[in-house]
Amino acid sequence: MIADPAGALFWPEERLLIVADLHLEKGSAFAARRVFLPPYDTAATLAALAGLVAAYRPRTVAALGDSFHDVRAGERLGAEDRGRIRALQAGRAWIWIAGNHDRDLPNGLEGETCRELYIGEIVLRHEPRPGQSVGEIAGHLHPVARVAGRAGSVRRRSFLCDGERCVLPAFGAFAGGLNIHDSAFSPLFGRGGAGDDVIAHVMGHDEVYAVPRRRCLPD
Amino acid sequence: MSRGWWSWPPARKLIAVQVEPEDSFPNLPGRFERWFSARGWRPRAHQLDLLARAKAGENALLIAPTGAGKTLAGFLPSLVDLERPEARGDLHTLYISPLKALAVDVKRNLETPIADMGLRIRVETRTGDTSASKRQRQRRDPPDILLTTPEQLALLLASADAQTLFGGLRRIVFDELHALASSKRGDLLSLGFARLRAIAPDLRAIGLSATVRDPDELRRWLAPQASGGPPNMAALVTATAGAPAEISILDTKAELPWAGHTARHALAEIYAEIKAAHMTLIFVNTRAQAEFVFQELWRRNDDALAIALHHGSLDVAQRRRVEEAMAAGRLKAVVCTSTLDLGIDWGDVDLVINVGAPKGASRLAQRIGRANHRLDEPSRALLVPANRFEMLECRAAVEAAREGVQDTARARAGGLDVLCQHILGMACAAPFDADALFLEIASAEPYSGLTKETFDSALAFVATGGYALAAYERYAKIRRMKDGRWRIANGRVAQSYRMNVGTIVEADMLKVRLVRGGGEAGRAYTGPLRRAGRVLGEIEESFIEMLAPKDTFLFGGEILALQGVVEDEALAARSHAEAPKIPSYAGGKFPLSTYLAMRVRALLATPADWKTLPKQVAQWLELQRRRSALPTRDDLLIETFPRGGRFYLVCYPFEGRLAHQTLGMLLTRRMERAGMKPIGFVANDYALCVWSLSDIGTLCVERPARLDELFAEDMLGDDLEQWLREAAMMKRTFRNCAIIAGLIERNFPGREKTGRQVRISTDLIYNVLLQHEPDHILLRAARADAATGLLDIERLGQMLARARGKIIHKALDRLSPLAAPIMLEIGRESVYGEAQDAILAEAAEELAEEVMAEPAIAAQRGRGAVRR
Repeated sequence: MIADPAGALFWPEERLLIVADLHLEKGSAFAARRVFLPPYDTAATLAALAGLVAAYRPRTVAALGDSFHDVRAGERLGAEDRGRIRALQAGRAWIWIAGNHDRDLPNGLEGETCRELYIGEIVLRHEPRPGQSVGEIAGHLHPVARVAGRAGSVRRRSFLCDGERCVLPAFGAFAGGLNIHDSAFSPLFGRGGAGDDVIAHVMGHDEVYAVPRRRCLPD
Repeated sequence: MSRGWWSWPPARKLIAVQVEPEDSFPNLPGRFERWFSARGWRPRAHQLDLLARAKAGENALLIAPTGAGKTLAGFLPSLVDLERPEARGDLHTLYISPLKALAVDVKRNLETPIADMGLRIRVETRTGDTSASKRQRQRRDPPDILLTTPEQLALLLASADAQTLFGGLRRIVFDELHALASSKRGDLLSLGFARLRAIAPDLRAIGLSATVRDPDELRRWLAPQASGGPPNMAALVTATAGAPAEISILDTKAELPWAGHTARHALAEIYAEIKAAHMTLIFVNTRAQAEFVFQELWRRNDDALAIALHHGSLDVAQRRRVEEAMAAGRLKAVVCTSTLDLGIDWGDVDLVINVGAPKGASRLAQRIGRANHRLDEPSRALLVPANRFEMLECRAAVEAAREGVQDTARARAGGLDVLCQHILGMACAAPFDADALFLEIASAEPYSGLTKETFDSALAFVATGGYALAAYERYAKIRRMKDGRWRIANGRVAQSYRMNVGTIVEADMLKVRLVRGGGEAGRAYTGPLRRAGRVLGEIEESFIEMLAPKDTFLFGGEILALQGVVEDEALAARSHAEAPKIPSYAGGKFPLSTYLAMRVRALLATPADWKTLPKQVAQWLELQRRRSALPTRDDLLIETFPRGGRFYLVCYPFEGRLAHQTLGMLLTRRMERAGMKPIGFVANDYALCVWSLSDIGTLCVERPARLDELFAEDMLGDDLEQWLREAAMMKRTFRNCAIIAGLIERNFPGREKTGRQVRISTDLIYNVLLQHEPDHILLRAARADAATGLLDIERLGQMLARARGKIIHKALDRLSPLAAPIMLEIGRESVYGEAQDAILAEAAEELAEEVMAEPAIAAQRGRGAVRR
């Protein structure tokens, strides 16, 4: 599978594009609390997704849950953005996996919905499950890695993998991040230590960089 | 200490009047006159002059050096007014100070003459520390004189009873106006002042200021401006200058270092000076320097002199203890940062030592003024340059001080983020008419150039975020009523305003808590970190980020070892390490002023003046002249030379570290494009050094126009725009604007958001906004800040314009004497790489190396471990 620096996974044999945690309409969710974040996050997220779709021409797109920031996101989703989603879905299968933010799909959207998707040995779901790691591809945790070098440190979204399981970075323009050393990752990837072979695939501008977890810093 | 005027024998007072019959002051009531003479004083000319101006109903600016009785002068008109009982009842005078401590101190000093003269005047302070019940009472039953800060004024003005509270206000006194104006705090204050003028049309202002470069800027600030008309100015009263200061530069017996900021070489000499003086203030530029100097002084403190430390990161209680000990005369010396630049009279200081470069002539004058707070005695000051360039800078600063030249910050247009905050505050007070509010705001000097269009953008921002895509109408914070006026949507909006008022956005700080050490060195401590122990103070998160657990650093005069970071606390244990590891010294906080830079260039260009310099410095410059060339007043000297397999380019713009960093970022981008393969750069206040893999020198000798192209002014166009998209400094600037303008909140009511979470989201907001609405008012505000703030683009632009066609290139075969200092800073200062991705690539490469070389390299922190 190919980890794209934009934060998606592509499975060439299946022509399947996988993205996680789009959090569409997060900006408007804040606006409802009178924090007026720019109302362009949905458009920006969909534009990035459109770039991937154009590049990989996938047969199927799977969104690993939390595609919408909250249950009322559909009410706020504008007609233009609905049109953008429809355009992306044209000519391919689209699977919305349910997340904890979006148990139900907003009205009027195309695509199949499901809680989990099995493809051979591989399972796609929103929240990774401790103990059932083999072949699991999940989202939910928004991993970010902090890496220090001579010129300072960078904090970037990251894929986190141990050879059996992969947690995808959040794809949404306004989605925040959780450091891979946070205790939320320990049930899935252990606490690290001397023999740690967990690898963070850190999103650079044009490339994804594989950095050992123990080389990454806590926040 | 204070004796009432009535306690003096009247005969004696009469004699005094008879002996000096000219001592008659028409504006000064009898009891004031008697009070002065009872203390053996006479009112000073500037105090009387200011009183006359105030009586005549003018706004006035008093410029006076420290020790000239400035504060008393500022209050005299109010005290004289309030002598008559009929003037009392409403709040009469508002006093605004930049420091909370200053307000408290002024209250103490003001109560003495009030009690002595038997005046029935009530003076109270209102700061962040004032209890809620007292605040309530102050609104109901205001004192005659209220002493407060700009933020508290903004809060008072945003309340519904502002109209009644300030309706009878007659005078406002701005203390330390030079420190407030031309900052965002000053912007907010100017807007509050405009509102006060609207509420109380008879209000008159008095500004108190140290000597400044251009008094007219402050005079305009104090007067209401009318759009289109000629600028209005307050009257100017200038006190006679005190005795000139005795300033000397330490002519060290030791060798003056080429680089560094510690002044380690001079500490024995500094110690001797402290011993010989009565009480010494030792000023340094950064907290790290303060910690170092303090520790080194104690290392050699065989006489057990009472030497204390004072800087902004120390716990407040700790700082107050030092201040009290100083005022009581129990201390021999205090090592301090700019925290003691302003304000309060801290006791009987007779010597000021400035370690490191003074950075600005006015800053130096202000610091020197901390010694001998009496006008008629000269202040004594000693400058201790920490390296050779600083020696030049000290020389230039001493000359400027002798000539009385000032280089305080230049007035600038008011911040748009501050404007947004103020508009919301005014809506919280009462519904407003947009046109009337615009006129009121434009009467404030920093906003006199504000267009109606920009005001409307700010208004739209406050209402719904001000986006071209009008998506948030239904969530508006302020709405238009049927009568056209604007009102807040509900009480929560006002509550949120109150929680976020002010323009000071603190760097993300972590508390430093002392814990017991976690086992011996080499054995990792694995148990839970114990959090008992006291808090020593606060430290920048960015500093702690650079440390690994067990790394040692200096804090509060002790060597501490970092144990770990838990939530918002850095846990640290006392360490027995010989020397602390102080990674990455951040350099002087203040960039070299343009004026001092000009003087340093002039000094370099005039070998005849070098004889006043220490011999070792003059020889260094002479050597530079023979080996290469000296920078002149207007030319830009660029040297290229090979060294250790790399090729270096060093230029000497003397425009300050911030402008040089920006230049470095832009220059390396250009060199990258030109195939010159730059690797990194380092900048200080004087020079910029870039190194690369290809031979820059030969390339530029082959085609001399190459350098002109590299340094062409158009780098401030597209290159700058491109870089700003990524620059961390720009994102931090944007974050500050977003918080001040109220886009995101410092504190959600009932739910604290940590700085880190805020920063992440502002980075994302910045990216999206830049892409979709590059002219949004917040981006405009951030760009304006970047021009003068962390990026200093304005100054870089002036330098590039000056250097156009005047580049002098010296292709050398080895490094020059002048280049040696900045070369020494490589590895000591943080180095800037072109792209952040290089860090990731480096880390990924390590992984590849590990795979090649089993067994895996021990898990050591990789910083600096891999060289490419």
